[in-house]
Amino acid sequence: MLNAGLTVLGLSRFQFAMTTVFHFFFVPFSIGLAFVVAVMETMYVAKKDEAYKKMAQFWGKMFLYSFAVGVVTGIIQEFQFGMNWSEYSRFMGDIFGAPLAIEALAAFFLESTFIGLWMFTWERFKPGIHALFIWLVAIGSSLSAVWILAANSFMQNPVGFAINKSTGRVVMTSFSAVVKNPQLWLELPHVLMGAGITASFVVAGCSAWRLLKKDHVSFYRKSLNVALVIGLIASLGSLASGDVQTRYLIKEQPMKFAAMEGLYKDSTNKGNWAIYSSFNTKQHKTTSSLDVPYVLNILSYHKLSGTVKGQNTVNKELHATYDKKFGKDMNYYVPTKTLFWSFRIMAVSGGLFALIAIVGLFFNRKKSQAILKQRWFLYIMGLMLWLPFIVNTAGWFVTEFGRYPWVVYGLLTIADAVSPTSTVGSLLFTNIVYFLLFAGLGLVMIVLSHRVLKAGPDAVQMNGYSSEDTDGKTEDPYGTEAFNHD
Amino acid sequence: MTSAQILWFLLIGVLFSGFFFLEGFDFGIGMAVRFFGRNTAERDTIIQTIGPHWDGNEVWLITAGGAMFASFPMWYASLFSGYYLVLFLILVALIFRGVSFEFRANMKTETWRNFWEWAATIGSFCAAFLFGMMFTSMIEGVPMDAKGNIFGSFTTYVNWFSLVGGVAVTLMCLIHGLNFLQLKTLGTLRDRAQAWNKVLYPVLIVGEVLFVVLLYISTDFFAKKSASTWSILIVLVLLTLIAWWGVLKAHNWTAFIASGLSLISIVVLIFNGLFPRVMIATDPAHSILIKDASSSPYTLHIMTIVAFSVLPIVLVYFIWSYWVFYKRLKSPKAA
Repeated sequence: MLNAGLTVLGLSRFQFAMTTVFHFFFVPFSIGLAFVVAVMETMYVAKKDEAYKKMAQFWGKMFLYSFAVGVVTGIIQEFQFGMNWSEYSRFMGDIFGAPLAIEALAAFFLESTFIGLWMFTWERFKPGIHALFIWLVAIGSSLSAVWILAANSFMQNPVGFAINKSTGRVVMTSFSAVVKNPQLWLELPHVLMGAGITASFVVAGCSAWRLLKKDHVSFYRKSLNVALVIGLIASLGSLASGDVQTRYLIKEQPMKFAAMEGLYKDSTNKGNWAIYSSFNTKQHKTTSSLDVPYVLNILSYHKLSGTVKGQNTVNKELHATYDKKFGKDMNYYVPTKTLFWSFRIMAVSGGLFALIAIVGLFFNRKKSQAILKQRWFLYIMGLMLWLPFIVNTAGWFVTEFGRYPWVVYGLLTIADAVSPTSTVGSLLFTNIVYFLLFAGLGLVMIVLSHRVLKAGPDAVQMNGYSSEDTDGKTEDPYGTEAFNHD
Repeated sequence: MTSAQILWFLLIGVLFSGFFFLEGFDFGIGMAVRFFGRNTAERDTIIQTIGPHWDGNEVWLITAGGAMFASFPMWYASLFSGYYLVLFLILVALIFRGVSFEFRANMKTETWRNFWEWAATIGSFCAAFLFGMMFTSMIEGVPMDAKGNIFGSFTTYVNWFSLVGGVAVTLMCLIHGLNFLQLKTLGTLRDRAQAWNKVLYPVLIVGEVLFVVLLYISTDFFAKKSASTWSILIVLVLLTLIAWWGVLKAHNWTAFIASGLSLISIVVLIFNGLFPRVMIATDPAHSILIKDASSSPYTLHIMTIVAFSVLPIVLVYFIWSYWVFYKRLKSPKAA
């Protein structure tokens, strides 16, 4: 079903999955952390409390590592469409390239220019101006999410296009329709909220580990507070946006929804929702499940009655719609187990994040020492810093596996999108190298972040743009004319 | 060919020009980390000259790639799939050098600091060389079918001409980086960079002559566009001589701008020679033309509006960020 194995298609898919999953460890972390750091620095500007400046610099250090890895793994993504999926690029170029180019122009330049300014100008600008830099970085990185998701949303739900009769390729007819794609405006809040969760729970988790050691208690308690407030808002927002998004699927991508709920047969009016199911994916059957009544209907329609189509029904419908164009041999079933469990991981974690944030804020209230006494809670929060990364991945698994067998929904299959020039040998080679590279980068990231954490907030320095023995004056006779402003 | 198509062909050229001008000195500085810097303190200063900028400079490549995808999807698809392994190696090189600056600064042992310094140096060498090799072999013409799929052999990518092209671009980037270093530092680093470039310029001139001879043999540029090709080459050599003079007389700005412009003149040479094609096939009937490779008029129209409204704003803050860091850095005192 997944076209696994050593074929050009299988290896290309594996490569795309591996590189995007790895890239997407850092993207939400960076987007969220830019925002968290911006909030911290703004609090420094507002309250003139040096502790918040230290906080912005300390967590900003981790942001810089994540940003660096995010940038370099991002270039892979942009190149990959042409390298591994040239037929896709030809088919989709008229629509897909535009958001990518706009992302680079309108978002990447903003982010990368102001991150450089932010890093090196702590002592050069007034605090308010300097805080503006990190806000611009945060805005830039969120904007880049808008454009990437605009491109992704077209693949999920093509709008504003026509098919060119002579080439058979997609042609854009309405840019505003592409940008207004409802899929995009459902996906975007969920992704941004996920980013907020990722950053805040990493900050909270790291703070928890240090609080267990009674290290810099006031610093980490303040960090924890900022993180958990943002984390609470983000996890509630994530649950809400996830709910809207899921219900949208019932109509637009019923196959994806049916698989998320593990339904092969249509659901009954009773609305049984499976906590656990096991499947026979070959025979398209649910072999056993543990059900709770009404929950499915509450989740799907926010009421007690109603039915949802199962995969078997949807499969028939899809055959009726697409057989003329794609033939009868198509398999429209999506990887049920992956979607079923990924969705459950997401939903349960979303609730857990909100719960932990509320309890954490309660224990951490100003006049109480409770947070230091509830060591079990600190351990849980410390371990939970890894969870957002798993949940983000699960989210993309649902979105992308659920689109199977299409690369562009209803228009182009994954099998038709791959580069005709690719070979198994070269793909095998690149997959192995990427894997080793990512393992190495991931390891360095963890080691460095751990080191920053261990060294503590006092060790972090973000000096200006000068080495220690530089007085920052130009002494060059040839330079004075060119540099006489100051 | 519509005017929008020609405009976007030119814009892709402008974006690659920006990339080579800016990332050119980044690559050069990266190479200098191990080859030029003598101790940790010197390397700190060398890296600091591009510290606030390298990331923004690399965005020019991302924008060029994205713009190519948006405006000429057939070009993007053929080039990127056809140069699969070359681009993969470029990506690996860019990854290593990209993370190296941040990682190196936080290493505790000599060994690991050395590791990331070499990652910066080798990564920069490889990226510059491979870009040079890729664009040189591209203008030779590649075996391509009617659909634009490139089925090349080893010698399609690696041959005398592309090797010389790769070495020439590497050398130009190194020299450009050292010119940047002269502009951004004071003291021993600046003096040594000047001394190096005094030696490197004659080598580059020899390389350029060799490149022109092979260009004559390996491409159809002289046959199809004799006058413009010669003019651009003369400008290239003149710029090289002006930059050399700038180095000799310690006119840092002159040398830096001229070495940057000479990298741009290579881009102009390639785009001029390509026109009205975007990809040259060994069988001329299979070459991809601008008129066939582009997106629809509507998409080009949208992209034109976006580019002309956003790019000016980008240029303002991009240039401002350089102005913020205009000061020179002192060379560290001898350890």
